[in-house]
Amino acid sequence: MSVGRSLFAATLAGVLALAVSPASSQTLRYANQGELKSLDPYTLNESTTSAHLGHVYEGLVARGKDLKIIPALAESWETPEPTRWRFHLRKGVKFHNGDPFTADDVVFSAERVRAKGSNFQSRIPADAKVVKIDDYTVDFILTSPNPILTALWATWYIMDKKWAEANDAVAPTPAAATTPSYASLHENGTGPFIIESHQPGVKTVFKVNPNWWRKPEHNLKEIIFTPIANPATRVAALLSGEVDVIEPVPVQDIERVKASPNATALTGPELRTIFVGMDQARDELLYSNVKGKNPFKDVRVREAVYRAIDVDLIKNRVMRGLSTPSALMVAPEIFPSKDFARPKFDPDAAKKLLADAGYADGFEVTMDCPNDRYVNDAAICQAIVGMLARINIKVDLLAQPKAQYFAKVLKPGGYKTSLFMLGWTPDTLDSQNVLHDIMGCRDDPKDPNRGEANLAGYCNKQFDELADKVLVESDSSKRDLLIKQAFELSMKDWAYIPLHQQALAWGVSKKVKLTQRADNMVMLYWATKQEE
Amino acid sequence: MSEAVVPHTTEKRAAAAPGRFRRALDSDLFYSFRRSKVTMIAAGVTLLFFLLAIFASVLSAQNPFDPAQLQLMNSRISPLWTADGQSPFLLGTDEQGRDVLSAILYGLRISLLVGVLGVVLSGAIGILLGLTAGYFGGAVDGLIMRIADVQLSFPAILIALLINGIAKSVFGNKLDEMSMLAVLVFAIGLSFWVQYARTVRGSVLVEKNKDYVAAAQLIGLPAPVIMLRHVLPNTTGPILVIATINLALAIITEATLSFLGSGMPETMPSLGTLIRIGNGYLFAGEWWIVAFPGLALAALILSINLLGDWLRDALNPKLR
Amino acid sequence: MLAFTLRRAIQAIGVMIAVGIIAFSMFRFAGDPVNQMVGMDTSGAERAAIRKSLGLDDPVIVQFGRYVGNAAQFKFGVSYQFRLPVTNLLMERMPATLELAICATIFAMISGIMMGVYSALRRDSWLAHVFQAVSLIGISLPTFLIGILMIYLFSVTLGWLPSFGRGDVVHIGWWTTGLLTLSGLKALIMPSITLGLFQMTLIMRLVRAEMLEVMRTDYIRFARARGLTTRAIHFGHALRNTLVPVITVAGLQFGSVIAFAIITETVFQWPGMGLLFVQAVQNVDIPIMAAYLMMVSLIFVTINLVVDILYTIVDPRLRSTVSRAH
Repeated sequence: MSVGRSLFAATLAGVLALAVSPASSQTLRYANQGELKSLDPYTLNESTTSAHLGHVYEGLVARGKDLKIIPALAESWETPEPTRWRFHLRKGVKFHNGDPFTADDVVFSAERVRAKGSNFQSRIPADAKVVKIDDYTVDFILTSPNPILTALWATWYIMDKKWAEANDAVAPTPAAATTPSYASLHENGTGPFIIESHQPGVKTVFKVNPNWWRKPEHNLKEIIFTPIANPATRVAALLSGEVDVIEPVPVQDIERVKASPNATALTGPELRTIFVGMDQARDELLYSNVKGKNPFKDVRVREAVYRAIDVDLIKNRVMRGLSTPSALMVAPEIFPSKDFARPKFDPDAAKKLLADAGYADGFEVTMDCPNDRYVNDAAICQAIVGMLARINIKVDLLAQPKAQYFAKVLKPGGYKTSLFMLGWTPDTLDSQNVLHDIMGCRDDPKDPNRGEANLAGYCNKQFDELADKVLVESDSSKRDLLIKQAFELSMKDWAYIPLHQQALAWGVSKKVKLTQRADNMVMLYWATKQEE
Repeated sequence: MSEAVVPHTTEKRAAAAPGRFRRALDSDLFYSFRRSKVTMIAAGVTLLFFLLAIFASVLSAQNPFDPAQLQLMNSRISPLWTADGQSPFLLGTDEQGRDVLSAILYGLRISLLVGVLGVVLSGAIGILLGLTAGYFGGAVDGLIMRIADVQLSFPAILIALLINGIAKSVFGNKLDEMSMLAVLVFAIGLSFWVQYARTVRGSVLVEKNKDYVAAAQLIGLPAPVIMLRHVLPNTTGPILVIATINLALAIITEATLSFLGSGMPETMPSLGTLIRIGNGYLFAGEWWIVAFPGLALAALILSINLLGDWLRDALNPKLR
Repeated sequence: MLAFTLRRAIQAIGVMIAVGIIAFSMFRFAGDPVNQMVGMDTSGAERAAIRKSLGLDDPVIVQFGRYVGNAAQFKFGVSYQFRLPVTNLLMERMPATLELAICATIFAMISGIMMGVYSALRRDSWLAHVFQAVSLIGISLPTFLIGILMIYLFSVTLGWLPSFGRGDVVHIGWWTTGLLTLSGLKALIMPSITLGLFQMTLIMRLVRAEMLEVMRTDYIRFARARGLTTRAIHFGHALRNTLVPVITVAGLQFGSVIAFAIITETVFQWPGMGLLFVQAVQNVDIPIMAAYLMMVSLIFVTINLVVDILYTIVDPRLRSTVSRAH
């Protein structure tokens, strides 16, 4: 496509947008349980933050309504050789401050996202070279082939080089910053909305970007975002019409929201898998009364715990039917689950297994659990505590806010847990991420990032070999077979206890039409609101 | 006993001091109690709550603190008299299959335990500091009373929240249920001592110039003995009033902390925790999870407050 | 007079220094600030560097001096959660809290005085009994229960009033106010009532007692003998005499109102300092906790000082007898 034609197309799109957009544009009020803390798009790799910032920043690629990768700031790309990706950038795109978007910004963003302090370093391999060919062409030169290079790029947002340099924001704001940075309080993206005011933890106002290159599918003039942490207050605000969209709706309130005259609940399966893990790495558990040995190293104990948990009861009672019990560590949308059956709930067998392992009288252990991260997380953990009590495993529950929970159990905290519940959505929407990050051996000298989120410390070299094969296999049916073998192996090892995929639930005013994406990112640039 | 050697006049007073309260109970106090129907009801309700808390384990259908006794199958059952009610869950069950009535009885136990221990602790601190300040006077008095001034300008809930936050920061979230209970007692104890200290100091200042104290000093009784055995009994009335009113305040404080998420955890809920949990189910139409604990808490505080009000009026000679 | 004011001022400074020590100890000793700030794979060398840059290696007394020096310039460090200067966060939210506290106090004074006067003048009417009962319930129902009940009734069931937040606010300089918009005013109603209920009870009881006392004095008997109308006696003389203590109490209670706003703000998600504080306690964000403590103490101490001074101006007898029962 030549420059002239693309300009013409852009102009035409603009005219069309004017013609079809409704007579009046609307204010949409949105409430989420979490706050938008920093505006620097490289500070915090968390889906809610990325969704918020996705209204003002854009990546080279984006994910569409069906989660397929679609072109965004890159119009098209090709791989002339397996280790070289060439991106053709969109022309005529401007940042919110009027700076034109060029290849320099891509090269700058590629450096910045990999710099120290960025939480998104894995977006681009550290040894990849990013080369500007001309103002609108960029090459990414890799050291080894990566068929899913762009899978994580929908949330790698492009920043303005000139703006960053002018405002002393070249270095990313680390999550542990001791001083506030310009980029964490201001934005300068290319996206459909411009942040007009930002009071962290109170209110953020997004104004529409009239110069956006894409044809808007929304009819909004502004979005007012308010964090409302208290679930009951959030629901009350939706029901009384004070806000138009809330995320999430507590499962117990979905019926009530659906029954109300002015709002409804959009529900659907989420890609996130909730699972329980047992520390099988340490020789002695950190938090248990069993000394000198680790009961979870015994596969019989792990099976006993698995069989003592009744996921269907959790689904019916705690989740009110809004969960899909899972045999796999990934959602069926990511890998088909039809060949896998979840081992049956069987407390008697569990007791026998425990007795065989020498724990007929059970033992004591502490369970770590977040209480503000997943749907009914603390309630699920409490239910599990009760179920394990029936096979004589006395569990002391430590349910705490996610900030402290993650600080304790994740890698930076030293995996300090004996029994825990966690949820995971592979950012790549691909099983390999789970095989590598959650189930791969920790402390692999060749691959220090392997098993980064393997809180249970499961380790099976044979499994890792399969995972490595999956990474480089390009034939999809062979690849699926390898993935299947890997999952079967981990199930035989009773490595983890997948519980379910939770349902996502958004509360939406009847005046608003909205597309719900299974990755639970609320993208309001697809929202339309009726005239008030 | 020391009374034997105390000169005659003082002996009479000293002996009268412990007996005064009992005598008042026999006569004036009891009379005014009998006259007020509201007070009698309040006393009855308070007593009932204490008995319920003490015998919670006998009266409850289950032990709500024991996860093994909670059946998820029995979750969210509405009260017995409604269409979906099920025996033995008179007031229904919550999300975890916890019997609401049992949870209230056990929660009552926590709330009263924290309240009473908190009041005892704050009373002990306050009385000790008040006696010290009043008896020694001077710099000690100045220091204690300045601290009291500072603390009095801060509401108890703020102090309790701060202590709680510091405890969390120091111990991490490792606090189990019992240590959380101790933190709450400690927080409440440190928040409410000022009133006792002021009252006790006031009456020490009045009493210490009286002859019997001088006499006791003369025969070489140590200061702590004089203060505890002779001066303190004179303040029983006012202390009782403060303690009663503070018991209500302590229970509210504990409930509020638990409601704010800084108190008892969900695995060992107090009434405040139960209300916080239940609040989440109000919109879903599962009103009983919040309504009954709320009602119990309100009734408990109301009856203690009524008792406190009456006690204050009854012990105040001006109003007789 | 001057000596008294001076003594009070010195005392106030003493209180602030005491609070400063507490705030500093929290900041310094309750949890290692470095541990709170870093998290993601930070090396020992980096930790040491941060430790040094924060001045945590200096002698404690130097650190304390620096802390107080900074605090005097309203510098309280950076929040662990928000990575923003605590002062900015607090200043941003202070108007919300102050506006709520003032509205609650006004509500408490107006309704408390009216109810108090009525129940003093018509002691045995049924309405006076109702007021008595209301006042008992006012101190017996925990604030959060009242808030929940009101939200359930007026927001969810009836849909009359907003359940959260401040509504639309207008910026006047750095101050924000909800008093100039309809949604802002509507948003103020329930939180103000919830917060003011306790003070209302207090004021009502006080007014009632004071009125009854004043009505018994010779001064009123003389007024009656002079043939003044009942109305003039009640409102011109009796009420006016009760107003001084009422205003004093309301003034002194203002600090408590701000502190109790913690609960109200949590229930109504009111974006004030109290909500910030509760979140800070839950997230162990010590700089915010310490700064909030200092800020609220400053407000307390200032109010107490002003009341003290005003009191001596109004009532010369107090100039000699300094101690004032609280």
